[in-house]
Amino acid sequence: MGKGPLPGEMHQSFGQEPCAVGVCAHLGKDDAVGAGHRPHHVAVAHGVDLNKMVAELFGKKTGLSGGRGGHMHLYDANVNFFSSGIIAEGMGPGAGMALARKMQGKPGIAVAFVGDGAANQGAFHEVLNMVGLWKLPFICVIEDNKYGVSVSKKDSTAIDRNSDRASSYALAGEYVGGNDPDLIFAAAGRAVERARRGEGGTILELETERLHGHFIGDSGAYRPEAERKAMKDPIPTYRQRLLAENAATPADVAALEAKVQTQVDEAMRFGRESAYPDASDALQRLYA
Amino acid sequence: MFVIGEDVAKLGGVFGTTVGMADEFGAARVIDTPISETGFIGIATGAAMAGMRPIVEIAFVDFIGVCFNQIYNFAAKTHYMSGGQFKVPLTFMIGYGGGYNDAAQHSQTLFATLAHVPGIRVVTPADAYDAKGLMHTCLRDDNVTVWMVHKRLWGLGWLGFPLPKALATVPEHDYTIPFGQSRIWREGTDVTIVGLGLTVHNALTAADQLAAEGISAEVLDLRSVVPLDRDGVFKSVAKTGRLVVADEDYLSFGVTSEVLAVIAERDPSVLKAPAVRVAYPDVPVPFSRPMEEFCLPNVERIVAAARTTMTRGKR
Ligand SMILES: Cc1ncc(C[n+]2csc(CCOP(=O)(O)OP(=O)(O)O)c2C)c(N)n1
Repeated sequence: MGKGPLPGEMHQSFGQEPCAVGVCAHLGKDDAVGAGHRPHHVAVAHGVDLNKMVAELFGKKTGLSGGRGGHMHLYDANVNFFSSGIIAEGMGPGAGMALARKMQGKPGIAVAFVGDGAANQGAFHEVLNMVGLWKLPFICVIEDNKYGVSVSKKDSTAIDRNSDRASSYALAGEYVGGNDPDLIFAAAGRAVERARRGEGGTILELETERLHGHFIGDSGAYRPEAERKAMKDPIPTYRQRLLAENAATPADVAALEAKVQTQVDEAMRFGRESAYPDASDALQRLYA
Repeated sequence: MFVIGEDVAKLGGVFGTTVGMADEFGAARVIDTPISETGFIGIATGAAMAGMRPIVEIAFVDFIGVCFNQIYNFAAKTHYMSGGQFKVPLTFMIGYGGGYNDAAQHSQTLFATLAHVPGIRVVTPADAYDAKGLMHTCLRDDNVTVWMVHKRLWGLGWLGFPLPKALATVPEHDYTIPFGQSRIWREGTDVTIVGLGLTVHNALTAADQLAAEGISAEVLDLRSVVPLDRDGVFKSVAKTGRLVVADEDYLSFGVTSEVLAVIAERDPSVLKAPAVRVAYPDVPVPFSRPMEEFCLPNVERIVAAARTTMTRGKR
C-alpha cells in the first residue's frame, strides 16, 4: 500500500485455490464468472490472461483495463470474467449474465464467487430468489473461510451452513468440507451439470482457509492462535496425495510446477517492465 | 449510546476509530455487525427513533451505495415526514478519499451525494481539534449527522502519515464546534482558497508556495458542508476578490459548485477574476498511480489555479 511497485490494497487468495480450481475446471469461455475483492485465484482458474492481469495489478498500460481497474476490479471480456470490491456484487450481474444466456438461447452458465460474509448482504438473498424463481443457470459459490475481515462467521451468521439457505429459494444446496480439491471438483460438476441441463441454480458452499490476514498488512491477530496453527496449505497437501496415490510421479509434479513457475515469472516480468499509462488517460473511456 | 458497524468491536475499526471501546463499554454497546449495511443502518435508525443515540461506522463512504435508501429515503426524512413526532439522532462516522491507489470503489469522497439530501448534516474536520469538536456537536444533535474524515488524516502509517498540520492539541474536556462555522487557517489579501478536509492541507502548502511568488492567499476551511458557512465564504471573497475552491469530490454538482453559487447569488461583482475550481474530474477514481495523481486536487493544481485568478482578470 505504501510506495512499493504494487499499488493499493491487496487481498490474497492463499489457501482458497481449491475452490477456484475445482469449480472453474468445469467451465469454458462461454461461461461467465464474477468474483469479489479476493479475485486472483478465480481469475487465474477461469483463464484470465495472466500477463495482462499482473500488469493491471501493477497499474500498467498493458493491464486488462489499462490500469483503470486495479486488483479488485479485474475484467476480461474474452473469458466473460469480472470482479468487484463491493461485497456480494458478483450476485446480481452474475445472475444477469445467466439470464442473458437464457434469453438469447446461448450456451453457457454463470457463476458468482462470494465469501461467507457476503451471504449476509441483501443482494445475495434478493438475487437468489430470482435465480430460483426464474430457474437461471447460475451457481453461487460461497468460499467459506469463516471470516469477514475480523468478524467470524459464528459472530455474523445466524445459521451454520449457508447452503441450507437454498431451500428458501428453490435451489439446490451443497456443502463441501475440508478444502479438498477432489471433493470440490465433484460437487461443482453436479452443480454445473444441473445448470447446463436447465434445472436451475445451486448454492455451493465450500469450506476453505484464509491462510493470511484479510489483506496484506493485517496480521490476523484477532483469530485464536490454535485456529491459525491448525490451518493447512492445500497445495502441498494435494501434491503429497497425488504422489501417495500414484496419480502422478515426482517428475510429473516437478515438470508441472516448473511450467507454472515460468508462466508466473513471465507474467511478473511483463507486469513490471510494462510502461505506466499516460496520466491523462484517466479521462478516457468514461462512456462507450 | 452505542456504536455499530463492521469490525468495530474486536478489531477496533478498520481505521482504528474504535480501538479500546469494546473493552471500555462492553460488547452490548460496541457491536460488530455482519456485512449487512442496509440492515444495520435501518436498525440503527429505528433504535434512534426509539430513544437511543447510535454511532454507525461505515469505513469507506463508497459502501453507502448498498444502503443509501435507508439513509436518504427514511432516516433523513423521518423527522419531517412525521411532522416532528420522531427524531433520528444518528451519527455516521465515515472515511473517504483517495491518494493511496485504492481505486474506484474505495477512494471516493461523495460529500455532495450526502449533502444533497435535505435533512442530513455533513461535517469534515481537517485536524484533530476540529475532529473532536465536530464529533461532539454531531452527537448532541437530534438529526442525522455525518462526520467524515479523509483517510489520509486518520493517522495511520499505511495511509500516508498524517500531515503535520492535522496534528493538534486536543483538550480532555468537552467542547463543541458549531455546524456551519468555517475556519480561516491563514489570512491573505489576494485570493481565497476554500478547502475542506485534506484539501485544506493542500491549500496551506499551496499558500506557502504562492507567498514565495508574492501572492497572498487566504485559506478557508469549510468544516461543515451542510450547513455551509455562506457568510464566511462571502466575507473572505469580498475581501480578496479572487476565489479558488479545492475539493476531492467530483467536479460537477458538488461543493465547489455550491461555493461558487454563494458568490454568484450574493454579489458576483466582488470578483476581480473568474473563480477557479480544483476538484476531481468527472471520472471514477483510476487505480494506476500516474492516472490517480493526475486527478487529485493536489498542491500543484491549486497553485496553478490561484495563479490563473491573478493573471486572468486584472481590473
Ligand atoms: C458492501 C461492502 N461492505 C463492506 C466492505 C468491506 N469489506 C471488504 S472485504 C470484507 C469482508 C468480506 O468477507 P467475506 O465475504 O467472507 O470474504 P473474505 O474476505 O473472507 O474472502 C469487508 C467487510 C465492502 N467491500 N463492501
